[in-house]
Amino acid sequence: MADIEGDIFDIIAEKAAVDRGKIHANAKLEELEVESLDVVEIIFAIEEKFDVDIPFNANDQELEFKTVNDVVKAVEGLIAESAG
Amino acid sequence: MNRVVVTGLGVISAAGHNAAEFWKSVSAGQSSIGDITTIPTDLLTIAIGAEVKDYEPTDHFSAKELGLLDRFSQFGLVAAREAIAESGISFEGERGERTATIIGSGVGGQATLDGAYWTIYAEKKTRLHPFTIPRLMINAAPSQITMEHGITGPAYSLASACSSATHAIGHAFHMVRSGMMDAAVTGGAEATITVGTMKGWEALRVMATDTCRPFSKDRTGMVLGEGAAIFVLETLENAQARGANIYAEICGLGMSSDAMDITLPDPKGAARAITGALKDGGLNPEDIDYVNAHGTGTAANDVSETKALKLAFGDHAKKLAVSSSKSMFGHALGGAGALELAVTILGIRDGIAAPTANYNEPDPECDLDYVPNEAREMKIGAAISNSFAFGGLNAVVAVKAFEG
Repeated sequence: MADIEGDIFDIIAEKAAVDRGKIHANAKLEELEVESLDVVEIIFAIEEKFDVDIPFNANDQELEFKTVNDVVKAVEGLIAESAG
Repeated sequence: MNRVVVTGLGVISAAGHNAAEFWKSVSAGQSSIGDITTIPTDLLTIAIGAEVKDYEPTDHFSAKELGLLDRFSQFGLVAAREAIAESGISFEGERGERTATIIGSGVGGQATLDGAYWTIYAEKKTRLHPFTIPRLMINAAPSQITMEHGITGPAYSLASACSSATHAIGHAFHMVRSGMMDAAVTGGAEATITVGTMKGWEALRVMATDTCRPFSKDRTGMVLGEGAAIFVLETLENAQARGANIYAEICGLGMSSDAMDITLPDPKGAARAITGALKDGGLNPEDIDYVNAHGTGTAANDVSETKALKLAFGDHAKKLAVSSSKSMFGHALGGAGALELAVTILGIRDGIAAPTANYNEPDPECDLDYVPNEAREMKIGAAISNSFAFGGLNAVVAVKAFEG
C-alpha cells in the first residue's frame, strides 16, 4: 500500500503544481491550495493510473476529500474491492 | 432610443414542442427530466437528461432539407417558424434588410461532429459526408433561419457557453433599441446530448445522479437539456403600426466578466451584470418581482447566485420570487437563456411565477424564496433572466409588462 500512497502524492504534486515535499498524509487539500478543478483532474489521473472508478461528484457535500489521506484511503478501498 | 417589444415567441424543449405545450407543462411545475433515449447509454455513467421527446424530424422537414440540418439547427428553425408566424411580421422589401438574426449556441452541431468522428476513428472509413461542415458549423442555425424566411440584415451566431442565448438576445435588443435595426429574430438553439459530450460533462463531476434540484440542500448537480426558443423583437413603433400582439417589453441588458476562474462563479461578477441590467432598463431593485435564475443545481452556482442576488438587490432580495426552470427542462447550455426568457415573458403575460421543481429541503446557504414545487399566481411588473457561463461570462436581461 505504500506504493499507492507514493503514487498519489506524485499525482497531486504534478496536477496541482504543489511542492512534493509539502505533501503528507494529514495535509489538507485546501492548505496545499489544491483547487476544485485540480481535484477533478487528480481524480481522473488516479482512475487512469490504478484502473478504478472513483464515485466522486463535486456537488456532493458529504463525500468531500479534505486531506490527502482521505484520497489515499478511498483509492486503497476501491483497489481492494476490485481485487476482492 | 426605441422601445423594444416582443411580438413573437416560439419554443421547442423537453417541456413541449411549441410555446403553448411548453408553458402548460412549465407553469404546472412538471419536470421533463428522464432517462436518455436518443443515444446509446452503455458507455454512460450518468444517463438522465431532458430530451425533446417524441420529436420526428420528418414532421417538420423534407428529407432533402434534413441532409443539411443538425438537430440544433432543426430546433432553431422549428422555434423560429412559430415565433415569426405568431408575430405576423413580414420580411418583404426593406423590412428584411432592417432585421437582424442573432442566435446563441454554445457548441453547434455536436451530433454531426460526434457521428463524423465515429465514422473515421471507429468505423475506419476514409471519407465523410460532404455536408458535415455546413451541418456542424455553429452559425448553421442563424443561416438556415435567414434562408427560410428571407431575412437579409446582419446575422450571426454568438457563443458564450451557458450565456450564449442571453448575450444574443441582449445584443439584438440593443441593435433594435439604438435604431440600427427595426426588428430582430433572436434566441438560442442547442442539442448536445451526444455520447462524446455526455462523457465530457461526466468527467467534470458536476452532473446530477438523480434529477436537477436547484437550491435544494440535497441537490447533486446539473442535468443536460436541449431545445430552442426564438423571439421576434421589434420597435414599439413598428409593432403598433402593424397592430401586432405585444407580449412584453425588453428594457435592459447587463453583462460582465468575472475574470477569476474557468469554472467557479464569482458572486461579484454576477451581481454586476444584474445591476447593469437594472440600470440599462431604468429600473430600481424594488421594481423587480421575479427572477428566472441561472439555477443549475450545482453546489457552486446556487450558493454563488444567491449571494449575487443579495449583493444586487440588498433587502429587496428576500421579497423576490426566484425560480430555476432548469429543474424542469434541464440545462440547454447555449439555448438555456432563451428558454428561460420564454418562461419569464409568459409569466409576465399570465401573472404566474413558474416554480423550482424537485425542491426537497432548504439549504442554509440558499435562503431566498425559490417558489418551491408549485407555481405562484402573482402580478409580475418587471423581471430579470440570469445566465452565468463557465469562464465567468455573465448576461442578464430585464423585461417588463408592456404598458402603452
